[in-house]
Amino acid sequence: MKVLLIVTVILVLLSLLLDRQKTWLGICRGMKMFLGILPDLLVVLVVAAVLLAMVPESTMVRFLGVKSGPAGMMMAAVIGSVALVPGFIAYPLAAVLHRSGVALDVIAVFITTLMMVGVITLPVEQRYFGWKVALWRNGLSFVGAVVVGLLMGLFL
Amino acid sequence: MKSGSKTFAKYVFTAAFVVAVFVSLRFDSAPGITAGLHFREFLLEMAAFLPLMFVLVGLMDVWLPRSVIERQVGSGSGIKGALWMIALAMLQAGPLYGAFPVAQLLWRKGCGTRNIFVYLGAFSTLKLPMLTFEIGFLGLRFSLLRTLITLPVFVLIAVIMDVVLRPKGLVVRDPADEGV
Repeated sequence: MKVLLIVTVILVLLSLLLDRQKTWLGICRGMKMFLGILPDLLVVLVVAAVLLAMVPESTMVRFLGVKSGPAGMMMAAVIGSVALVPGFIAYPLAAVLHRSGVALDVIAVFITTLMMVGVITLPVEQRYFGWKVALWRNGLSFVGAVVVGLLMGLFL
Repeated sequence: MKSGSKTFAKYVFTAAFVVAVFVSLRFDSAPGITAGLHFREFLLEMAAFLPLMFVLVGLMDVWLPRSVIERQVGSGSGIKGALWMIALAMLQAGPLYGAFPVAQLLWRKGCGTRNIFVYLGAFSTLKLPMLTFEIGFLGLRFSLLRTLITLPVFVLIAVIMDVVLRPKGLVVRDPADEGV
C-alpha cells in the first residue's frame, strides 16, 4: 500500500510542477471514473461481506485442512475463486493453514485463485470487459492457478 | 442528463444493507453485525487504495499520448511492451478490481490485447506490496518459486486471450460513460 501512495504522491507533485491545470483535469477525470463504478463495487462488497459472515474463516480453514492431494487442491481452487479476502487477511490465513499441516502446493492454489479469479467481482469485471471476456479470463486463470499448484508441488 | 433519483437508485441496495446492519446492532443480532464488520473491513481496504489508483489513471489519461502507448505497448511491441506492463503492475496495490480502470485506459490509448492481460496477470500476482507480505508470512523460497512459476502461466493466459479475441477484437468500456 505504501508503495502505491509514494508513487502516486510523487507523480501528482511532478504533474503539478509541470502543469497545474492539466493535473486537476486528470484528477477530476479519475474521480469521475471512480464514481462511475462505485455503486457496483459497493454491491459486490456487501455480497462478499454477507458471504464471509455465513462462511467464516474458521470454516474455510476446516475445509482446506481436511483434504490434501487432488481433492484438497480442487477445494482450494474453488474456495479461492469465490472468496474475496484482502491480502492482509489471506496471507496470515495461509500461514495458519501451513502450520496446521496443509501442503504448500494447496496453499499456492488457494492464494493464486484468490488473486486471479474473482467470481464475486464478475459483475464489476463484466461492466468493463463484457461477460464473454470476463468468463474467459476467469476460466483460464482458474486452470492456470491449478497448473501453478501442480508445478509448485514438483519443486517443493 | 443524469437525474438525482437515478443516482440514488444505484445506492439503494447498499443503503438497505447498512440500515439492516444498524437494525442488527440495535437487536444485538450476531450475523448482521459480523456482516457489517466485514463490510467495514472491505470498505476501508477499498478506500485505502482505490482513489489512488483512479488518480493515477486520471494522470495517465492527461499525460500519456496515444502515440506513446501505441508504440511502447501496442500490439506490435513484443517483449519490451510486456515488461512495461509488468513494471507498471508491480508498483500498484489492492485487489484486482482496481486494475480494471487502468486496463480500460490502456486499451483506450491503444495498448495491445495481449499486454492488457499481461497487465491484469501481473497485477494480480506480482504487486510489490503483496510480495513483501507474502515473503513475511510464507517465506522467500515460497514467494520466489510462486513468482517464477506464475509469470509464464499468466503470459500464456494473455497469449490465449489474444488469440481468442482476435476475430472481433477486445473492447473495454468505461462504466462511468453508461447510464445505469
